[in-house]
Amino acid sequence: MNILAIDSSGLTASVALQTDGKLTAEYTVNNKKTHSQTLLPMIEEIMRSEGLEPKDLDCIAVSAGPGSFTGLRIGSATAKGLGLALDIPVAEVSTLQALAYNLYGNEGCVICPIMDARRQEVYTGAYEFVRTDTDDKPAVYRLNTIIEEQAIPLKDMLSKLEETGRKVIFNGDGVPVYRELIAENFKTEYSFAPSTCLYQRAASVAAIGEQKLLNGDVISADAHTPIYLRKSQAEREMEA
Amino acid sequence: MNGEKDTLILAIESSCDETAAAVVKNGREVLSNTIYSQIDLHTLYGGVVPEIASRKHIEKINQVVKTSLKDAGVTLDEIDAIGVTYGPGLVGALLVGVAEAKAIAYAANKPLVGVHHIEGHIAANYVEHKELEPPYLCLVVSGGHTHLVRVNGYSEYEIIGRTHDDAAGEAFDKVARAIGLGYPGGPKVDKVSKTGRKDILAFPRAHIEGCPYDFSFSGLKSAVLNYLNSCKMKQAAANSGNDSDKDATTAKKPGGSVYETVFSGDDMIDPEQGITVADVAASFQEAVVDALVSKTMAAAKDLGYTKIAMAGGVASNSALRAGMREVCEKNGYELYYPSPILCTDNAAMIGCAAYYEYISGTRHGWDLNAVPNLKLGERAY
Repeated sequence: MNILAIDSSGLTASVALQTDGKLTAEYTVNNKKTHSQTLLPMIEEIMRSEGLEPKDLDCIAVSAGPGSFTGLRIGSATAKGLGLALDIPVAEVSTLQALAYNLYGNEGCVICPIMDARRQEVYTGAYEFVRTDTDDKPAVYRLNTIIEEQAIPLKDMLSKLEETGRKVIFNGDGVPVYRELIAENFKTEYSFAPSTCLYQRAASVAAIGEQKLLNGDVISADAHTPIYLRKSQAEREMEA
Repeated sequence: MNGEKDTLILAIESSCDETAAAVVKNGREVLSNTIYSQIDLHTLYGGVVPEIASRKHIEKINQVVKTSLKDAGVTLDEIDAIGVTYGPGLVGALLVGVAEAKAIAYAANKPLVGVHHIEGHIAANYVEHKELEPPYLCLVVSGGHTHLVRVNGYSEYEIIGRTHDDAAGEAFDKVARAIGLGYPGGPKVDKVSKTGRKDILAFPRAHIEGCPYDFSFSGLKSAVLNYLNSCKMKQAAANSGNDSDKDATTAKKPGGSVYETVFSGDDMIDPEQGITVADVAASFQEAVVDALVSKTMAAAKDLGYTKIAMAGGVASNSALRAGMREVCEKNGYELYYPSPILCTDNAAMIGCAAYYEYISGTRHGWDLNAVPNLKLGERAY
C-alpha cells in the first residue's frame, strides 16, 4: 500500500511516501516560499523519484490541524483534490500527534508539542509512548493522549504538565518562541527536542496515517476538512 | 465543430463567497454550472468574512466539483483541461480552489490553466451570444471592480477606465446599509427602486478632469449619507422633547462611518417632503447608472466601438440594463450582457475564459499561486 503524506500546517512544507511500513521518501522544506507554490511540485518530485504514478496511491494522509488556517487549507485542498481524482480515502492525522510521533519511543516521558497560535496562546496537547505488549522485543509503542489537544495560554498548559510530575520533552514551532517563558516558569524536569525533531515532518504523518488506514480509520476526501481548534475572529466577536 | 474533437474544461472558482465548478464545451456551451452560495452565512455579518468564506470553500469544494461533473454527464477522464481562478480575490479563498485544481490536474494528468476572475466575467458573454467576438468594449461592474475595458482579443485586455475609489457594487452595499435594506445591497436597491422616483433627489455625478472614462462613487455615497443624516437631524429637531436623547445619539454627523445604518426599517426618510426609502434608492441608483452609461458611451464614440458588453454582478441591475439598452438602441450599437446567473460569481465563465487561454497555449505549472491583486490582462506565470 502506498501512502502519500502531506503536512503544510506550519512553517515547514513536508511530503512523504510510505509503502508497507517503510518510509521510502521524505521531502521537507522550511523556507520563505509559500506552501501554495511548493507543495505540489514537492509531491510530483518524490512521486517521480520513487517511480510512482498518482494512480498507484492508496491513501492520502494529511496533517489535519491545528495550525495555520491557510496552511492547513492548502494541505487539505491538495489532499481532497488528489482523493477526488484518484477515488482514494484520506487519513486525517492530528498535527500535534504527528509532532509527538517525531519523538517516538521516549518511554516514561511526557511529549508536549507546542505550536504558536498567536493571541498569547499555543495549540498543544500532551502524549506518551506506552508499550503495546511488554513481551515484545524490540519494544513496540503506541501513542497515548494524556492531555487533549486545545488552544490555551502556555502558562496554563505548564501548570497541567507540572501536575503529572513527569519529565516533559517540548517540541513544535512554539519552542523557539517560548523557550524563555518555559525556562522561567516551568518547575518540573524538561528538555527541548533537537532541531531534527522540532518541526512538522510528513514522515510522522505517514506513520500514523498508515496505522489509521490499516485500522479502517479513514474518511472520504469529500468529507475531510481541517480541525482548526479555534473559531474565526468574526465568529468569536459575534459570540462575545 | 465540423468533426473536430470537442474540448471540455472543468473549471473551479472560489475567489470570494461562492464555491463553484462547471463543465464548459468549446468555450461557449455550459454543460453544468454548480454554485454553492454562502451568502446567507455572510449576511449575518453584513458582508463577506474572508476566514468564514475559506472554511466553507474547503468543506464544499469536492461536492461542488463532483456535482458539476455529474450534471454535465462526463467523467474526469473526458475532461481536456482544468481551469481555475487564481486572482484577483480573497487570498485564502482563492488558495482553496487553486490547490484543489492543481491536485486534480496532477492526479488526473490534465493541463492546468489559471484564469483571471474578471476576464472570466467578460467571457461569460460568450455563452449566450455565440456571435460575439472581440474587438468590443466591455463595462465590468461588480462589488470589487468598476472597469471600462477594450477587449481586443480573447486574451487581450486593456483597461481604459477605472474607479478612483469605491467600486459601483460597493457603493450599492454601503447605501443599502445606510437606508436599512441590508446586504447584499445591489439586488435590494434595484428592487425597491422600482417603486421610487429616480428624479426626485439630485445626487452628484463625478467628473474627473483629464480622465474622461474614469469613475468615482465616494462623492455620491457621501452625498447620500449627508442627505440621510440631515433628514435624521431634522426629524430629531421636530421630535425634540419626546425622545430627543435617543435621536441625538442616533443621528450621525455628516460623513460619519459608512458602515452605520442611518435609517433602519423606516419607510419615510423626509416626511415633510414626502421622500421615501424607495425615492432615495432610485435617485442614488440613477446617479450610478447615469455615470456608468455616459462614460461607456463616451468611450464607444471616441474609440469607434459599435459592440458594447457588460459583465459582473452589477450588470444584472435592471436600471443599468435598461439605461444602457436605451442609449445603445439610439446609437445603433449592439449590446450584450449575460443572464443574471452568469453575472454573479460562477465557474462557467471561468471555463469559457480558460478555453480561450487553453487553445492559445497557456499552461500553468504546479507552482501556480493565488494572486489576490492580479491585474486584468496580466499574466503572472
